[in-house]
Amino acid sequence: MMQLVLTVTAVVLSLAAAGAIIRIGRGPSLLDRVLAADVLLAIFGAALCIDMAVNRHLNNLMLLVAISIIGFVGSVTVARFVADRRGNVHES
Amino acid sequence: MSRRRVSLRQELPLLIWLLFVWDALWQDFSPGNLLFGALIAVVVARLFYLPPVELGGRFNVLRAIPFAATFLAKVVAASFQILYLAVAKGPRVISAVVAVPLRSHSDLLVTATGHVISLIPGSLVVEVDRSTSTLYIHGINVRNPEDAARLRKDVRDTEARLIRIMGTRDELSALNQEAAA
Amino acid sequence: MNPEPLSADAVIDAVSAVFMVLGALMSLAAAIGLLRFPDLMSRMHAATKPQVLGLFLLLAAVGLQLRTWWVWPVLAVAWIFQLLTVPVSAHMVGRAGYRTKHLHRELLSTDELEAVVQQAAGRHGFDDDGGPAER
Repeated sequence: MMQLVLTVTAVVLSLAAAGAIIRIGRGPSLLDRVLAADVLLAIFGAALCIDMAVNRHLNNLMLLVAISIIGFVGSVTVARFVADRRGNVHES
Repeated sequence: MSRRRVSLRQELPLLIWLLFVWDALWQDFSPGNLLFGALIAVVVARLFYLPPVELGGRFNVLRAIPFAATFLAKVVAASFQILYLAVAKGPRVISAVVAVPLRSHSDLLVTATGHVISLIPGSLVVEVDRSTSTLYIHGINVRNPEDAARLRKDVRDTEARLIRIMGTRDELSALNQEAAA
Repeated sequence: MNPEPLSADAVIDAVSAVFMVLGALMSLAAAIGLLRFPDLMSRMHAATKPQVLGLFLLLAAVGLQLRTWWVWPVLAVAWIFQLLTVPVSAHMVGRAGYRTKHLHRELLSTDELEAVVQQAAGRHGFDDDGGPAER
């Protein structure tokens, strides 16, 4: 049964990753691309989780946490940068 | 009520949380590790001092548990709603940005409300006005003023439930008066 | 408890299998949402909500498969951290999107922030860490 689950999830996640990559390529703005990259990272995280569940180990857990942190820091940084770049005058 | 005791009491939830994270990461809840974790938590809290979060001074567990359960159910509902909207409505989905004035002015409650709101169906915080504690919320699939009114009521209800869990006594009594009126 | 060949092990396996498939489907939901929604804001809904539920289901599947109690706290910590970070990053992206006018007015039924923004922009530019006209 695990083999079947693995196949199904692999197909579903591949489709999802393809969708996210299409949005990265097409996305009209930088923020769209960042958002899609975030989703792509989440899909990688999902794949790592499924690997852990099927093979019964916890080796990827730290990698998973690292991936979410990268996604978080990345999107917050880009969002700030984008908001800053617009012609507003800042005192600070 | 001495100042010293209040500060320790306010710090306690943070220390317990740090201890829990430490032991969870080590996957070891033995007494030795608990002690060492507590030591590290105190050192970290002293060395990397952050402005204290102003807690309401009360926490109602009896109300927190049903809240957590409904929150989980709403997270599930939110995901399926998004799935449904993405498949059925797609590009024709109509949204709105709605201003919701909150009752509470405490940073903790506004933040908690914003977090919960972002995770339950169809709403996302776009902008926060701290001076008037107003949340500007982007609601998906909000087509007319009735939907907007429902969204606003949802947000205010969520805030009311959070106040009942961990708001200050003043906020709670104000809420009770409002409910009685 | 159950004399049938359907052992507890098989039940746990089945539940975690369902969780895994659902979790993967949530990723797909996010991707479909990203592709089909018309503007940045609605895409943000698609990017954040299914992610949270998907990770929850998958972590639960991991916990069920490992069958030891000491993994649950780590998994809970991982999920709580995601719970805390996802709304923040979504809010940051959404705010930047709103300020850089990445939304289609024709897709909004009402916009109660616009007037406030106009007013605040007239007085003094946006404050960086507050809302409009903080302090």
